[in-house]
Amino acid sequence: MLEAFNFRVILEYMPLYMQCFSATLWLSALSLLGAILVGIISCAMRLSQSRMVSSMAGIYIESIRSTPLLAQLYFFYFGLPSMGIMLPEWITGVIALTLNSGAYYAEIIRAGIQAIPYGQIEAGIASGLSYFQRMRYIILPQALGMTLRPMLGQAIVLVKDSSLLSLISIVELTRAGQTLTSERFMPTEGFLTTAAFYLIIYYMLKGFSNWSEKRLIFREAH
Amino acid sequence: MWSFYFNELVNSLPFFIKGLWMTVAVSGLSLIAGTIIGFICGVIRASGNKLLKFIVGAWVDLIRGTPFLVQVFIIFFILPGIGIELEAFAAAVIALTNLAASFICEIVAGGILAVPSGQREAATASGLSAYQQLRYIILPQAMRTILPPLVGQYVLLVKDSSVVSAIGVVDITRVGWLTVQRIPEGLMVFGLVGILYFIICYPLINLSNFLERRMTVVSTRL
Repeated sequence: MLEAFNFRVILEYMPLYMQCFSATLWLSALSLLGAILVGIISCAMRLSQSRMVSSMAGIYIESIRSTPLLAQLYFFYFGLPSMGIMLPEWITGVIALTLNSGAYYAEIIRAGIQAIPYGQIEAGIASGLSYFQRMRYIILPQALGMTLRPMLGQAIVLVKDSSLLSLISIVELTRAGQTLTSERFMPTEGFLTTAAFYLIIYYMLKGFSNWSEKRLIFREAH
Repeated sequence: MWSFYFNELVNSLPFFIKGLWMTVAVSGLSLIAGTIIGFICGVIRASGNKLLKFIVGAWVDLIRGTPFLVQVFIIFFILPGIGIELEAFAAAVIALTNLAASFICEIVAGGILAVPSGQREAATASGLSAYQQLRYIILPQAMRTILPPLVGQYVLLVKDSSVVSAIGVVDITRVGWLTVQRIPEGLMVFGLVGILYFIICYPLINLSNFLERRMTVVSTRL
């Protein structure tokens, strides 16, 4: 197989790959930002005193977590036009990715928040801090520190999930492999190069995750 | 118009049930094979042999670092290039088994390493063979750590099986995709798709949560 491996074609298509690589990067980065935001909000709703708010967030989280991303992606891709909402594909893709990962982030953050001893929150109440102050100064800083590793893990999942966007004809890394397959009929070269680019992102995020874990030991030791 | 499409959708329910069976078949087969391979690899990864450990570790990183869609394409398009002709169904089962095995391997290795080393030493001192240690001492205790994330992994497996619709396996997602060409009500069609996945995944998620609660109770009682 290896003697048939055509590096010339890969070089020829390198500009396309670089363009697609950056597309994957910024699509994931955008969705990641949105997902963390959605995660924080829906987690706050989930832990709210009001039954209705809490169960609304619960329904959102559970329904996202028990259906596949691809079905959600198609749901928005085919569903929004049938409601008369016309959006460019990439926005649909980012919305689906954001809402999908947002539910997972909500669960990750919830686990982090619930790991905080309740006495701290009570102490916050006793000190006269408002809800937002307690969130901002007591809960979130600790929860974010504790959940950094699972959050980075979810970021890796998100980058990998962004490959599904190629199925609604968004041009990103996986699409580059498909292009090489359809234009030159070279799936080996196409998809192995695609995989290599994903591995670069994976090892970077994994390295960062391992590094941060080493650093965070100091914080937890007190 | 809406009710007309709804009736159409109800008429094509048998088609969806067929897709449901396909999803169950693909994920069920890979669940069984993936669990077996994953357990074997997990034991290897937690064992002493450096070379085998390295090989399994590299394989796990490769699978974890690349999107499942790319893996599916690699198996479906590239294996025929080296002389292995595969039907879409077989390619899907192989890809999913591979994915499940790599994740289960990590879970099992983690579970085994979480067993206190004194247990293994005591077993060695009692004259148990390596197999006996694993069978009677290590695995029964490790199962407590392994079981909850293992069931969680099965949920991911069912959800990831939606990706194989991209190579033409007629599972629930593919049925939805085919139906939406005929019934242009994306929300309705993929709502139904979501409900079908929910029916499979939600009990599994609850089982995982239940196991997690139960296992923690047991371990705190010790």
